[in-house]
Amino acid sequence: MLAYIVRRLLYAGPILLGVNLFTFILFFGINTPDDIARMQLGPKYASEESIQRWKTERGYDKPMFYNPAREGVEKLTDTLFVDKSLRMFAFEFGQANDGHDIALEIRGRMAPSFAVALPTFVLSLFAAITLALLLVFFRATALDFWGVTLCVTMMSISSMFYIIGGQWLVSKIWALAPVSGYAQGLDMVRFLCLPVLIGVVAGVGSGTRWYRTIFLEEISRDYVRTARAKGLSELATLFRHVLKNAMIPILTGVVVVIPALFLGSLLMESFFAIPGLGSYTIEAIRSQDFGIVRSMVFIGSVLYIFGLILTDLSYTLVDPRVRLG
Amino acid sequence: MGFRFVLLPTDLLVFLLIVCTVIFAVLARRRAPSREAWRRVGRQPAAMASAVILSVFAIIGFMDSLHYRVQLPSGEGAQAVYSSEVLSALDALLTPLRVRVEKTYSAPFARESFQRETVERADGGQARITPRLVYGASHLQEGESMLSDIARRLAWTPFLALAVAGALLCVLGAGVARNQGIGVADAVRRILAGRTDLAWRSALIVVFLAMLLIAAGVALAPHYHMLGTDKVGQDVLYLSLKSIRTGLVIGTLTTLIMLPFAVALGIAAGYLGGWVDDAIQYLYTVLNSIPSVLLIAASVLMMQVMIDTNPQWFDTAAQRADARLLALCAILGITSWTGLCRLLRGETLKLRELDYVQAARAFGASTPQILRRHILPNVMHIVLISVALDFSILVLAEAVLSYVGIGVDPSTISFGSMINAARAELAREPVVWWSLAAAFGFMLTMVLAANLFADAVRDAFDPRRQLR
Repeated sequence: MLAYIVRRLLYAGPILLGVNLFTFILFFGINTPDDIARMQLGPKYASEESIQRWKTERGYDKPMFYNPAREGVEKLTDTLFVDKSLRMFAFEFGQANDGHDIALEIRGRMAPSFAVALPTFVLSLFAAITLALLLVFFRATALDFWGVTLCVTMMSISSMFYIIGGQWLVSKIWALAPVSGYAQGLDMVRFLCLPVLIGVVAGVGSGTRWYRTIFLEEISRDYVRTARAKGLSELATLFRHVLKNAMIPILTGVVVVIPALFLGSLLMESFFAIPGLGSYTIEAIRSQDFGIVRSMVFIGSVLYIFGLILTDLSYTLVDPRVRLG
Repeated sequence: MGFRFVLLPTDLLVFLLIVCTVIFAVLARRRAPSREAWRRVGRQPAAMASAVILSVFAIIGFMDSLHYRVQLPSGEGAQAVYSSEVLSALDALLTPLRVRVEKTYSAPFARESFQRETVERADGGQARITPRLVYGASHLQEGESMLSDIARRLAWTPFLALAVAGALLCVLGAGVARNQGIGVADAVRRILAGRTDLAWRSALIVVFLAMLLIAAGVALAPHYHMLGTDKVGQDVLYLSLKSIRTGLVIGTLTTLIMLPFAVALGIAAGYLGGWVDDAIQYLYTVLNSIPSVLLIAASVLMMQVMIDTNPQWFDTAAQRADARLLALCAILGITSWTGLCRLLRGETLKLRELDYVQAARAFGASTPQILRRHILPNVMHIVLISVALDFSILVLAEAVLSYVGIGVDPSTISFGSMINAARAELAREPVVWWSLAAAFGFMLTMVLAANLFADAVRDAFDPRRQLR
């Protein structure tokens, strides 16, 4: 088990390096730092001199991969790639355009993101699996047909409409919750209930349909027929056999997103003014702060790879046949 | 007045897509298994209904892809000068909607503007009134009933819709009659009772409803703003119809761009194995591990900088917006090929070990030949299913990306930009709801039809689903 984890962690290295190189080429290869400086300064103020000054202030005035002006190993280390990209492995992200330290900002914003994303995730999962089991229990009846039709219709509505509609109905017409905002401590609940509710409703259509397919696939297996033949009630078969055996496909899709919950949701946080990482990313995109976007790409990849390892570990919990090593 | 055709890059790809679809259809007709699968799709009423709806959208999108520039009046013998405004065949058709621009918001079927204005009264005082619209319902006299006017204009529309549906019924009846070797009257009766093999009745019902809506639009849109107007007074119906092309382009061209890569790399990785497999797997693991929204955001930002620093590449604003749309499709394609690639690799791994492929190899068929003749046709169902399922996801993604600020060019009319503009106005009292409602209605129709159709395609083509 431990050997497996170590091997997976080592295997993550090349992938993260690939991500790192890819983002570096994306951010520095397609447009030179000169182009970015010109755009940030605005075409009116972009003289040679001001571009140079902008680059020096932000440390963009180095060569990309190879610095012939330096001695020894510094030929390779005193470059943009090492300075801006490889450093991220030590979670040093440098400064944003407004001068704040990105790493510090990210640390502070993880908690609000998580506070919204975790309840949304747990409740969505619970709602979707419950409804899917209900549809499967009543499979091939009118309830199943109309349930699936409702799910497909709900899937076909853009999440923007759920948010806009929810804010309008719950906050404006019924005045049950504040439209947007965030607070520390217990007061948080007041602000979080609406985004969480909307998140659950927006995702329940596709979730229910997805789990229904998984359950239906399991229910046509031989062991289910055996269980029924032994006289087990339909409910007991569903909960004791089908649900347990469907855990592997469920976990495959579910566990991988758990670490990414820290990243938050761009839409939710932006609409509800929650000071998390999602709204941080949106602000960065709108103000074209490439340093922040680059850092978020890297963190996102780290969390995703972590999620993949967690997925493999979680298999051993639900399926004794899976042995890692 | 002269005009000059303009071929934007996305237009070219749209035409290419149509050619590809026709070729695919011809190939699918020739092969008995796929013909049978498509027949299974056609048996489902929901699929037939969705297909009609999607065809209507596709026709609108196609008309919006025929672009031209109008010649400006110039002196005798002078060189012809063309307007910098790029129009489409749809624009020409919707000229009454396009040019009748009000000052600002107005509600659907409104006579008066939504906002109050201060005007001088005849006696010298001032008054706050909502002025009559310049175009919307302007033909009505003071005190004339709008309802009776609308009823009068709509009177002929049901007959037209009935006539079209009836004509189609006759044609279909003749076709069914010839196929089954029965009388035409009998065939028509069967269609109406829903007892034909393919679900023609549901298709006809949707044709009737669609014709009813189109006829109502033709009858009323030149005289009223049926869905109201937006902030700068543009007709919302016009904006909604223009958004269709953007949605279709993003939903289809993205797939068209990424498909060759996904198929080639997926099959190569699965069949060849070894270092090719390792390299391709590494590539898609790296791309896959970057959260897609962030990858799209990063790529779009960089593309934006490139377009902004090189304004000399584009003659007109339409060309720039089009380049951005195409780049967005390419970026979405780059981020979305990994899933299909992995599926194809897995399927190819399975197929490679099957007897018939082994036999082909033993007979000395070359690798490219095996891939083309034996592997590719047998993974096409996966490609088809994933194309159908991706379409609706991409249309929905466009709206979100436009909100984040990494979607289409702000000058491109799209569902995303419509929602975005309308969102800011919800705080108004009374609420400006019609832009949102229009975007909601059109998007829901399009995505729901696509989802239902994709479901039918998946049920018909996925071999695992037929065993049940």
